[in-house]
Amino acid sequence: MKRLTAFFSILGKDMRAYYFKPPNISWGLLFPVVWAGMFFIKSGGGAENIVSVLPGMVALSILFGTTSMLAVTVTFERKAKAFERLLLAPIPLGMLMLAKTGGAILFGVLNAFIPFLVGLFLADLSGVAWSVALPAIVMLAVVSAFFGLFVSVSVSEVFEAQTFSNFFRFPMIFLCGLFFPISDLPAYLQPLSYLLPLTYGADILHAAIAGKGTMPPGLDFLALFLFGLLLYLLTLRSIHRRWIL
Amino acid sequence: MMGGSGSTSDSCIEVSGLGKSFGDVTAVDGISFTVRRGELFGFLGPNGAGKTTTINMLTGLARPDRGSLRVGGIDCTRNPKAAQHLIGVVPDESNLYPELNGFDNLCFCGGLYGMRSAERKKRASELLVLFGLEEAGKRRFAEYSRGMKRRLTIAAGIVHRPPVLFLDEPTSGIDVQSARRIRSMLGELHRSGTTVFLTTHYIEEAERMCDRVAFIVGGRIVREDSVARLLHPVMGREVVAVSVAATERIDLGGLAGAFPDYALTVEAGDVLRVESKEPVRVGALVRFLEEQGVQVTEARRKRQSLEDVFVAVTGIGAETMRKEKGGRKGA
Ligand SMILES: Nc1ncnc2c1ncn2[C@@H]1O[C@H](COP(=O)(O)OP(=O)(O)OP(=O)(O)O)[C@@H](O)[C@H]1O
Ligand SMILES: [Mg+2]
Repeated sequence: MKRLTAFFSILGKDMRAYYFKPPNISWGLLFPVVWAGMFFIKSGGGAENIVSVLPGMVALSILFGTTSMLAVTVTFERKAKAFERLLLAPIPLGMLMLAKTGGAILFGVLNAFIPFLVGLFLADLSGVAWSVALPAIVMLAVVSAFFGLFVSVSVSEVFEAQTFSNFFRFPMIFLCGLFFPISDLPAYLQPLSYLLPLTYGADILHAAIAGKGTMPPGLDFLALFLFGLLLYLLTLRSIHRRWIL
Repeated sequence: MMGGSGSTSDSCIEVSGLGKSFGDVTAVDGISFTVRRGELFGFLGPNGAGKTTTINMLTGLARPDRGSLRVGGIDCTRNPKAAQHLIGVVPDESNLYPELNGFDNLCFCGGLYGMRSAERKKRASELLVLFGLEEAGKRRFAEYSRGMKRRLTIAAGIVHRPPVLFLDEPTSGIDVQSARRIRSMLGELHRSGTTVFLTTHYIEEAERMCDRVAFIVGGRIVREDSVARLLHPVMGREVVAVSVAATERIDLGGLAGAFPDYALTVEAGDVLRVESKEPVRVGALVRFLEEQGVQVTEARRKRQSLEDVFVAVTGIGAETMRKEKGGRKGA
C-alpha cells in the first residue's frame, strides 16, 4: 500500500513536471506528424494511402513520445542528485523503474491516438482491429520506454542521452518497416531490422490497421515481450551496478 | 523505548569492520562504531575522510566492500535497502526538485515514504512554518537562496518522521542565524527521541550538540567517545592564557625555574599559555611577570574545547578544518 503511494507520487510528479509540458508535447507530437507527412506526400497522397501510412505514424508517435523525455529527465535528475531521493525511498528498484517509465508509457500511449484522431477525418478507419492494435500500442510503449530507460542508465550526461537515443531512433525509422516494407531494404540490412523491437510492433500495427502484417501477430507479441524483458533486466542490472555504488 | 528486532535493544546503528574502496582509493578503511538509540552522534573529519561514503553505505546508496552494518536492528549488509523505511536522509547537497515549489517538494517526499495525501499536505504546511519558509512554500525551489534550500532539504528529510536521521553537513555554507535555527531544530528532534547521525566540519557545533563523536581521518576512526569523556582528561588540568604587552621580554627560563610544575608556551598574539595539573596560582604568576617588567593585560582561565582534543588526537590543525567550512574541496 505504502509502496503504491510512492509509485503514484513518482508517476504523478513526472507527468506534471515533465510530460505534459510544452517542450515535450511538441517533440512528441510534431515530429511524427512531420515525418509521416513526408512519406504521405512522397507516396502520392490519397485516402487509401492514409491507412498505409498510419501504422508507421502511430509507431513513431509512440517511440518519440516515450523516449524523448525519459532519458533526458533521468540523466538530468541524476546529475542534480535529486535521483538519490528515489534511491533512498523504501521501494524496490524494480518498482522505481516502473514508476519512472510509467509516465513515459502513458504519454506514449496517449500520443499513439493522435495519428488516429487525424486519420479519422481523412480516411475510413472502420477496418481497424482494435483488439490487436490496442495491446500492440501498449506493448510498444512499454518496450520503447524501457529502451529509453536503458539509454538513460547507460550514460551520465544529458547530451549523451540525446545522442545515444537518436543513434537508435533515427535508423529505426527506416529499418523497421514503418513506411515501406523491410523486403525493400538492401539484403544486408534486413537482418538488422529483426534485431530491433520496433519492427515487431510496427508489423502488428500494419496487420491491425491495414491488414498487411508480414509475421504472425503471436510471434510479434512474443518478440516484443522478450525485448521488453531483456531491456528491463539489463536496466535493473545496470542500476544495481552503477547507481548503488 | 524499544523497537525493531535489534541484537542489542539499546543500539540503533551498529557498524563493524566497514570498508569501501573506489578503485585505488580506500574511502573507508574498516571502521567500527555503535550509535545508541536516541543518541546524537557526530562524525568529524576533514575533506575526503570518508564521511559521505559512510553515510551512503548506512543509507543504502552505496554497497560496502567488507564489514557489516545494522540500522534499527535490521541487517543491511547484503540488502542496502532493507532499513530505508526507518531512516531520513539530509544529503550534503540540497537536492530537491528545482521545478517544484517548496510545498510540492515536501509533499512529494512524504509520498515517497507512503504518506497519504491529506497527511503529507498537513505535514508539509507544518514544516514550512517550522522552518520559517511559509512565504516561500509557493515559490520554486530553484529560486531559493542557499540557506533556504538547506532548510527545505532538512525539512524534506524529516517529513515522514523517521526514527533515525542522517545529516551530511547540515549547516555548511549558510549564515549564522540559519545555522543556529537548524541546530535548535536538531536539538528538538533529539529531545523527542530521534536518533541523529551527523557529519560536520564544525567542531564547536559537534561539541555543543553531540552526545558522542567519532573522529575520522583517512577512512579510519582515530577516536570515538562521548563528548564529556573526550573533554574529561583536560578537565583535571588547567589552562590559563596570560596576555602581555610584549612577549619578547618574558624570561621563559626564569619563569620555568619559579614555577616548575607548569608547562609554559608562548603563543601568537602575545599570549603566554600556562598548563598545569594543579590549579594555577594566577596572582603569583602575574606578580612574577610584572617584576620582570612585563605588562600583563589579561589572565584568563581557558576551558579546553573539543577542538583542542581533535587537534591533539588527529594532528590536524583547527585552521585546516576551519578553512574547509565553506565546503571547498581538495587541497
Ligand atoms: N564515487 C566515487 N568515486 C571515486 N572516489 C570516490 C567516490 N566517492 C568518494 N570517493 C573518494 O573517497 C574518499 C572519501 O570521500 P568522501 O566523500 O566520503 O569524503 P568526505 O569525508 O565526505 O569529504 P567532504 O568533507 O569533502 O565531504 C575521497 O578520497 C574521495 O575522493
Ligand atoms: Mg562529504
